[in-house]
Amino acid sequence: SEDPKQLIQDRKEWADLEPVPQDDGPNPVVKIAYSDKFTDVYDYFRALLKNDEKSDRALLLTAEAIELNAANYTVWHYRRVLLQALEKDLREEMRYITAIIEDQPKNYQVWHHRRMVVEWLNDPSEELEFIAEILSQDAKNYHAWQHRQWVIKEYKLWDSELEYVEQLLEEDVRNNSAWNQRHYIISHTTGYSDPAILNREVQYSLKQIKKAPHNESVWNYLKGILQDLGLSSHPGLLEQILELKETHCSPYLLGFLVDIYEDFLENTLEHHEEVLSKALELCELLAREKDTIRREYWSYVGRSLQTKYGSSDSSTTTSAPGSDSGSVHQETPCSS
Amino acid sequence: MESVSSPLRCFGECHTAEKYTDDGVETVTSVEQRKVERSIQEVVSVYKQIHSLPPTLLRDQHYQYLKKGLRHLSDAYECLDASRPWLCYWILHSLELLEEPVPTAIASDVCKFLARCQSPTGGFAGGPCQAAHLAPTYAAVNALCIIGTQEAYNIIDREKLLSFLFSVKQPDGSFVMHIGGEVDVRSTYCAASVASLTNIMTPTLFQDTPTWIVSCQNWEGGLGGVPGLEAHGGYTFCGMAAMVILGKEHMLDLKSLLRWVASRQMRYEGGFQGRCNKLVDGCYSFWQAGLLPLLHRALFKGGDSTLSLQKWMFEQQALQEYILLCCQNPAGGLLDKPGKSRDFYHTCYCLSGLSVAQHFGNMDLHHELIVGREENRLVIVFSSLQAPSHPVYNICPEKVAQAIQHFHQLPVPVPAQKEGSSACNTTTDHS
Repeated sequence: SEDPKQLIQDRKEWADLEPVPQDDGPNPVVKIAYSDKFTDVYDYFRALLKNDEKSDRALLLTAEAIELNAANYTVWHYRRVLLQALEKDLREEMRYITAIIEDQPKNYQVWHHRRMVVEWLNDPSEELEFIAEILSQDAKNYHAWQHRQWVIKEYKLWDSELEYVEQLLEEDVRNNSAWNQRHYIISHTTGYSDPAILNREVQYSLKQIKKAPHNESVWNYLKGILQDLGLSSHPGLLEQILELKETHCSPYLLGFLVDIYEDFLENTLEHHEEVLSKALELCELLAREKDTIRREYWSYVGRSLQTKYGSSDSSTTTSAPGSDSGSVHQETPCSS
Repeated sequence: MESVSSPLRCFGECHTAEKYTDDGVETVTSVEQRKVERSIQEVVSVYKQIHSLPPTLLRDQHYQYLKKGLRHLSDAYECLDASRPWLCYWILHSLELLEEPVPTAIASDVCKFLARCQSPTGGFAGGPCQAAHLAPTYAAVNALCIIGTQEAYNIIDREKLLSFLFSVKQPDGSFVMHIGGEVDVRSTYCAASVASLTNIMTPTLFQDTPTWIVSCQNWEGGLGGVPGLEAHGGYTFCGMAAMVILGKEHMLDLKSLLRWVASRQMRYEGGFQGRCNKLVDGCYSFWQAGLLPLLHRALFKGGDSTLSLQKWMFEQQALQEYILLCCQNPAGGLLDKPGKSRDFYHTCYCLSGLSVAQHFGNMDLHHELIVGREENRLVIVFSSLQAPSHPVYNICPEKVAQAIQHFHQLPVPVPAQKEGSSACNTTTDHS
């Protein structure tokens, strides 16, 4: 077998093949100063492609090409063609791709390749453990989560996932990917329509809020699960939040209150003026003091609420800044 | 036009109060966030002591870095050997933002190189003799439109490009990135961008695509790469921009999208994060901040009368400060955050984001807020879609208009094949 340290051009097993140099043309642009090794391997890869060679040495060469640039999707595609044409042992390929992903977990092609092999084998049995291993090194690796969601959905491996999510949230309650996974699992299994489930999730969220009130993920999750039904529809929630405001306040809590009040305005006719005025006060507090980085946004929210729910007498300050007061339809930025 | 040469937001006495509150509960997320904040604090404090000048865009240094890279790249770029049209686009777009002209000879050389990257079956590949892929296709078409000569436009084989798009189209409305490749929302943006610029849109090409994109919007309000995934700035931009091109932006929940993206601006750093509870990164200056002009336009189209007439719904000054103080390499090039290396991707997107933060509005109503000196001002990044100007394509508006005008003189090609090559196609695609 071949010595990987030797250039291909010096290996006797390749003597019959004429390498194909890359043709960038006479005046190249974005010309990369490839190492000799890189040039050597890819000159031979191009030769294989040109001849459509399907052989074991071709398969070996794809591994060398991948090692030099794991993002070369043309090489990966060719490798898959070879695996099928040569009827290679896919268990061995699983071992190979496992090692590559461990080494380069933030690459698209490696994960896609693993998915193809799992599909061909129709065997997801190693996946959850493998992905958990990768996530133990980087709990937010987007590709890992994508692969995990695919495996779970495709092979119906829902059963132990909520437990896994809870473990991750135990380790880092701020792991937004884990919160997303929580939503994914529940939406695809029990759903949130069952009041017992919804309440369980609301209680779980409130518990996490009390532990770390400035964790944006949990506030987003709480809103996310309640918004379809309506934030104002969940009994006692407003009161609980107002209570939390005294001891566990945060810009997220204040924003959540704005959302509850807005939902209330959307769905009830009573106490409009009072609720609107509370919402506007919060928007102003957020814009002016508590969440100033989002000043423009909160000012907009305030103006929108005022326009939508304000009575016609109290609309003196609804004009967007920069316009003549009252003439909101003139000279707006996107005039057609 | 305002030029903010005095109080920087990050010098303000309230700035330190914006640091992360970990509630006494340390996790990996909070530890990493605090590390970044410390490094930003360091940069800001050094800047306070050393510089009496307002923050400066290092135009000359960036220009030299870009000019060199357009010809030669070190072996550190071997990892981008399957993305060379991207390198062309990132560099050319950065140059156009800096208003540096590309000499005619090199522009022609870029055209000839991209012609070698074009696949015989349509679309562009990451390099000569590689397989066609939607990402380098997007980059190549954008780069050719930036060059904007007849030679550039003539490189694109529109008939074959259309058949390539059909070949990667999936029954559910999505697109795979390449034959035998993965699906995610980037592909819809790449496809919609090139199809609209080169005038090859047919009635069925994007059938079911808007519905598929909508299914990528999640409980957070942003979009994930595929349905079910966490909301992410890059994918959200791609999805939203594709919807704008397809005229279907109102199918998205714009209100929750707006809330999500506005929440991605970091209160201390001033730049944007890609996902909730992750770290700031200069490239999100475009992917995230660039959403606000798109949303502004979409909301306006939907009848919203309360939109600002002067500002986008993010803190423009804070973003500019982050980019100028924290994302510039003194030797040229821009980067993710202090401590990271420069690269052409970050150079392109930091500069693109800087342009979004500097300019509000379209050609009719223009309002500028330039942090630092007047010389920091960049060219506008917006493109016109029949009326308003917004960063859908991320090339300068004149180039978009010119390209659209050119290609609309040509007839839409008749599709030779219908959608259908599945992801399981095993034939090799090589030249």
